[in-house]
Amino acid sequence: MSETIYVPQDSGALSLGAGEVARALQAHGARRGEMPHIIRTGSRGLYWLEPMVEVDTAQGRVAYGPVTGADVESLFEAGFLDGKDHRLRLGLTEAIAYLKKQERLTFARVGITDPGSLDAYLAHGGYRGLKRALEMTGAQIVDEISLSELRGRGGAAFPAGIKWKTALETSADRKYVVCNADEGDSGTFADRMLMEGDPLVLIEGMTIAAVCIGAAQGYVYLRSEYPHSYRALVRAIDAAYERGYLGEDVLGSAKRFDLEVRVGAGSYICGEETAMLESLEGKRGMVRYRPPVPAVEGLFGKPTIVNNLVTFATVPIVLEKGGRFYKDYGMGRSRGTLPIQLAGNVKRPGLIEKGFGVTLREIIYDYGGGTASGRPLRAVQVGGPLGAYLPENELDTPLDYEALAARGGLLGHGGIVVFDDTVDMAEMARYAMEFCALESCGKCTPCRIGSVRGVEVIGRILKNVEREANIALLEELCETMKFGSLCALGGLTPLPVMSALRHFPGDFGLSPSDLEAAQEQQALTGRAPQG
Amino acid sequence: MAIEPEWDKEAVRSIAFSLKHKPGALLPILHEVQGRFGYIPAEGIPVIAAVLNLSRAEVHGVVSFYHDFRSEPPGKHVIRVCRAESCQAMGAVALASHIKRRLQLDFGQTSDDRLFALEAVYCLGNCACSPAITIDEELYGRVTAQRFDRLLARFEGRRS
Ligand SMILES: Cc1cc2nc3c(=O)[nH]c(=O)nc-3n(C[C@H](O)[C@H](O)[C@H](O)COP(=O)(O)O)c2cc1C
Ligand code: SF4
Repeated sequence: MSETIYVPQDSGALSLGAGEVARALQAHGARRGEMPHIIRTGSRGLYWLEPMVEVDTAQGRVAYGPVTGADVESLFEAGFLDGKDHRLRLGLTEAIAYLKKQERLTFARVGITDPGSLDAYLAHGGYRGLKRALEMTGAQIVDEISLSELRGRGGAAFPAGIKWKTALETSADRKYVVCNADEGDSGTFADRMLMEGDPLVLIEGMTIAAVCIGAAQGYVYLRSEYPHSYRALVRAIDAAYERGYLGEDVLGSAKRFDLEVRVGAGSYICGEETAMLESLEGKRGMVRYRPPVPAVEGLFGKPTIVNNLVTFATVPIVLEKGGRFYKDYGMGRSRGTLPIQLAGNVKRPGLIEKGFGVTLREIIYDYGGGTASGRPLRAVQVGGPLGAYLPENELDTPLDYEALAARGGLLGHGGIVVFDDTVDMAEMARYAMEFCALESCGKCTPCRIGSVRGVEVIGRILKNVEREANIALLEELCETMKFGSLCALGGLTPLPVMSALRHFPGDFGLSPSDLEAAQEQQALTGRAPQG
Repeated sequence: MAIEPEWDKEAVRSIAFSLKHKPGALLPILHEVQGRFGYIPAEGIPVIAAVLNLSRAEVHGVVSFYHDFRSEPPGKHVIRVCRAESCQAMGAVALASHIKRRLQLDFGQTSDDRLFALEAVYCLGNCACSPAITIDEELYGRVTAQRFDRLLARFEGRRS
């Protein structure tokens, strides 16, 4: 009998040696005459266990990890092909608590199937959403999406149903569907995992959007830092074309939909949707003024649905199981599930898809196991480089768009980065300004110049030069950026900076009462003394 | 990477022609040119501009806007070190110092023998395996100073 071994081809797993493990499995298997069948999958998202290898048994898949090339011989010796015991045996994969407690809807197939195999996709429920959509009118599809209350997962959390409705109701000779796969937010990797683990779900979601509004052309705008994702996507797109799921006659519906991957060029601001459209048009990634919104005038001036990759990848299950099914997950006005990306200084980093409402504490401690260093946790950044830093005493905040906003933060694309007590929060604040200066598109002065000044001012604070005056100046600078910037890069960089200052004044050389005094001074004079 | 070091006007022109039909063709063309030569030769800019009916200033503006596009040939091996938050939380600052010391290079520099170039990068999407670096196309996670030295040895062996 030819046993099956599953080895991830996800770039995270590869960065830890999964490629070498696959080669060793092949070589040892051949030497032993066992010739196992190796299927390359995405990652289950249990990254502290990667490279994680799975085998089929009568009870289900059994996992072993983290495996190195050097462990392979002993795995064969132990009889791992039959799920036998070994020092690295983790038991039934689905029974691993980290995975078992999740609610995987968007990520249902990631880590399970061969991402390039259309047959595997179909066998695991793929393309049921599209089949249903092809029997519906555009307005009915919009209704289903609206019913699900799905909000954009790229950061702004705008209701997908409203965006689609606008694009549907704007008449034009051409329309476009564009997937934002720029995933620039540090601490996030959900888009990448989907592309490398289940790219067909994205393709299906985009096809449903195209069918809905009558678009014949789609683009995936992919960041250049993801070469593995590029290969996985292209392979899946080719497979879809070959079998008539893309192209001139999608599933015999007489509807055309072509899909192309376009690669970005290392610019964070090109994740902002209008800068991305400029970039797709072959220009500098400058943010556009709005209105018009892209759903009215987007790519090449035509109505365009721009959604984040996770948003599109969630559409198939909404169409398949219905908006009501999806909406049953979550809390408050944040419905459905969120693929949470846990990273930084944490024992068990990974991908956790859960209904909205799970608290930061549950994610960081129950799932994550606390800090990797074993030192006390000091700060957590939620929502990428423009997200706030929260101290330990705010960890009971539920992950929900409104709950985070109420604490002056944001949920963004769902990334959580944990820091232990060795972090210097003034350095992190300076880094946030540096990043803004580096990535600013240059359109607004407060963002372009303010961020450069911000780096200097924090530098002086760190050197203890006229500390109070410079703190007041920093506060003023942040106010100017917040209110004088066109997009969220300039507008939200003050968030990590000010939250660091507010929660960790000691790192800026201030006692909490000094901080209050500096704030009062700024409020009284309306402007800060020159630093 | 099979990089042809010599820039070649005809090759640039034929790349531009072969992709010109695409809507918004400039970025795909620039990627292809850089893929071939390792950078965008300044002399190639008027060639691309002519094919696309753009001004040189427009093409130059795009090349200079994006961090990825180089105007100089890169080192033979490009090492990129992630500076973003998750990697910082896992010791990327110390790792970067080690790498800089080891290579005797700062971010943005290329070694005199052009064997190595060192670049900063802001997130490689490998945040669950921080700290992360890339050497050429290859991604590495949970990189320690020792692991870096081992990886580097493979490339340094070829230094003559
Ligand atoms: C500076 C900046 C960077 C952004 N980067 C991304 C990104 O990398 N990926 C993404 O999906 N959205 C990003 N966005 C949000 C997009 O502008 C847009 O809201 C999103 O693509 C819409 O899709 P959604 O509604 O499905 O979230 C960014 C926004 C800003 C202001
Ligand atoms: S805030 Fe910054 S990045 Fe955004 S439009 Fe203004 S200058 Fe550009």
